[in-house]
Amino acid sequence: MAALTAYVIPLLLLLPSVASVVRRQDVYSALLEGGRESLKLYPSLFPALVILLSGVEMLRASGAMEALTALLTPAAKVLCIPPETLPLVLVRPVSGSAALAVAADLMAYYGPDSLIGRTAAIMLGSTETTFYTISVYFGAARISRTRYAVPAALLADLAGFVTASLAARLFHGI
Amino acid sequence: MAMSVVFTGMLVLSLLFGAATGQMQQVSQAALSGAKKGAELCLAMAGPICLWSGLSRLLEQSGAERVLTRVLRPILRRLFPEASRDPKTLGKLSENVTANLLGLGNAATPLGIAAVKRMQASSQSESASDEMCRLVVLNTASIQLIPTTVAALRATCGAGAPFDILLPVWLTSIASVTVGLWGAKLFCRIWPR
Repeated sequence: MAALTAYVIPLLLLLPSVASVVRRQDVYSALLEGGRESLKLYPSLFPALVILLSGVEMLRASGAMEALTALLTPAAKVLCIPPETLPLVLVRPVSGSAALAVAADLMAYYGPDSLIGRTAAIMLGSTETTFYTISVYFGAARISRTRYAVPAALLADLAGFVTASLAARLFHGI
Repeated sequence: MAMSVVFTGMLVLSLLFGAATGQMQQVSQAALSGAKKGAELCLAMAGPICLWSGLSRLLEQSGAERVLTRVLRPILRRLFPEASRDPKTLGKLSENVTANLLGLGNAATPLGIAAVKRMQASSQSESASDEMCRLVVLNTASIQLIPTTVAALRATCGAGAPFDILLPVWLTSIASVTVGLWGAKLFCRIWPR
């Protein structure tokens, strides 16, 4: 598994570079320009991550995170989701940076290669900031009646969280 | 507004529990150490994200994006029969899904908005059509070939092989999109236009 996925990144870099060079396109400038584009992310991401990780760490230090986890354990058991990841499940549809902060906390606390760390990573990688996406799309097109967009999208999220938990267990240690 | 409630809730819970467990000193330190970790996380992830962002521009330039758009078009025509009558809307739709697959979130959003606007213009209604809801499900279920932010986060936290979550992420995305579209099909009878 790890041996196969090790090829993904080198090949992803190589193939488009070769394809571009063959067409006499400027590979290096494209990489630089794209990289520069990513910097625009930070004026909003940096303060959000600092403030939210501060909040998450306070929750962790006060014992509230553990109490919250214990409180939610019965619900998690029903859904086959590890209770420790439930704080992530709760913030994921609401805020992308809060989800990133909670996932970072879970990975630091339990270890990135632990079952919980992996489950958190898979959850984060296979879901989106649902409410934000819906409000942006429908807001721009002036759609006021969203009908079943929210329930359908949340159902998809829920299916994602449950599958992520099962998939993490399935692939753990392979 | 939702985030104000979430953050204030975090503070209230931390103070209550900190006081109850006598851990206020640790809570106080955690506020600052968390801020430090947030800054470190941001900086540590900046490198991988910058590299990926450069690569995605290269994918766009090398024609990989166009090939993927062409492959997706027949599938999307079946999912969006009404919108497909207008070739421009279908074009925006397939570019939107392609950008999502390649992880170009910044490019995907304006394309998706353009598609929804075109759909709205042809329906002249303030109510979301079934196809609009389907597009939202496609966009909120995050169908991404390479989950780069997560891999960057895993690398930052010291994972052995940051990308070995690739297969489970694909599996989960497929399950989530499938259930979402199936749910949309079911719900469209409960919420009529």
